[in-house]
Amino acid sequence: MKSQRTLIHGLILGAFCLGFGSLLVMTNGYTKDDIALRALEDRQNSLAQVIPDSIHDNNLATDILTLKNEQGSEVTAYIATREGKVTGVAFETSSTGYAGAIKVMLGVDPEGKILGARVLAHKETPGLGDKIEVKKGDWILRFTGLSVGNPPVEKWKVKKDGGIFDQFAGATITPRAVVKAIREGLQFFDANKAKLMEFKSGKTAGAEAAGAAAKGAK
Amino acid sequence: MTTMAEYRNIAREGLWSNNGVLSMMLGLCPAMAMTNSATNGLGMGLATAFVMTGSATLVSIFRTRFSQEVRIPVFVLIIASMVTVVDMSMNAWLHELYKVLGLFIPLIVVNCLPFARIEMVASKRPILPSMADGFFMGVGFTLALTFIGAIREVAGSGTLFADASLLLGPAFKFMEMRVLPPDTGILMMILPPGAFLVTGLVLVLKRMIDERSARVAQPSAAHCAP
Repeated sequence: MKSQRTLIHGLILGAFCLGFGSLLVMTNGYTKDDIALRALEDRQNSLAQVIPDSIHDNNLATDILTLKNEQGSEVTAYIATREGKVTGVAFETSSTGYAGAIKVMLGVDPEGKILGARVLAHKETPGLGDKIEVKKGDWILRFTGLSVGNPPVEKWKVKKDGGIFDQFAGATITPRAVVKAIREGLQFFDANKAKLMEFKSGKTAGAEAAGAAAKGAK
Repeated sequence: MTTMAEYRNIAREGLWSNNGVLSMMLGLCPAMAMTNSATNGLGMGLATAFVMTGSATLVSIFRTRFSQEVRIPVFVLIIASMVTVVDMSMNAWLHELYKVLGLFIPLIVVNCLPFARIEMVASKRPILPSMADGFFMGVGFTLALTFIGAIREVAGSGTLFADASLLLGPAFKFMEMRVLPPDTGILMMILPPGAFLVTGLVLVLKRMIDERSARVAQPSAAHCAP
């Protein structure tokens, strides 16, 4: 008797799991393509902030090259090309701030000069450390045009550590981390320059189709 | 049949007298984590209200189908499915809003408030009253979160409903206000300690209002209180 009741409970629960499971499968089917499209748009938006539109005629979000950095983790580089020649590279670099990782998107031209840098994600204290966001201050714009060598690598520090970059009142760790992330990003670019420069945009046709689809969805 | 008076009672309970956060003290985790601005509180509240209404309706529909012994796993299943559906749909079709709230949507699963209302009401009552209960409890939750968020935002950042147009659409740009000049806010109020302080003060405020209205209703009873 008792085992029969257990069986019934099991069947009821199983039926509910099946029903709601199928609901989730259906929702996933309906939303999957839109979600992928939104993710692509997000990536294009953050890339557009560090690579000016005028210097490339390919789709940045799909012309990618995966490299390994010094720590051995994979870095995805987005390559900007015009008429087949590499005109810029964008990639993510990160470092640990006051509260967790600070992710920076860095755009670099073939000479190793910074085209633009933007903080993508951070958990720094609001009101103190969040001035690294372009929304809250123009501190991050100061990096545009700089490279390793201009200023020399030993000056790539905040002023408190003998470098040339301003820290904020009440927050030194945050800008120190951003400066470090950007410096390491540039060094990563220099180390992999040869590989990045010989990139050939092979899938331009496919990339354009994806770009058109993204525009159509808007 | 449920009468109009009963619905009015359900509404009053959800919005004020048995408010999820301010009376039952349930769902305090999102109430504190998501109230660093009025807009965040409002967004979290609306998402929770939607899930609560939906899950209360579903539980009420199936309330005769599951046995007492497996009801808890079934509730968990229903709430979790609702939340996942909301999460995926928002990601696909309300992407701007999702970028603001996305991290917190999965947290609705661990909110005790929908669970408590399903156990107390939706698993026992017909569909319409259950739906009404889920809806008004959700709206009450939204109001509490928006109120706490508004106080913290004004004191901490000096703004009110900043970025509301991201949440509700460009038509609501007028809601975005700057109450205090920039850089005059007390930073602590938008950090975790501010959440505890303001939630506590709002709880005190509600008790005071309740006590005052009870005293007005029964003038002699107040004298008997120790």
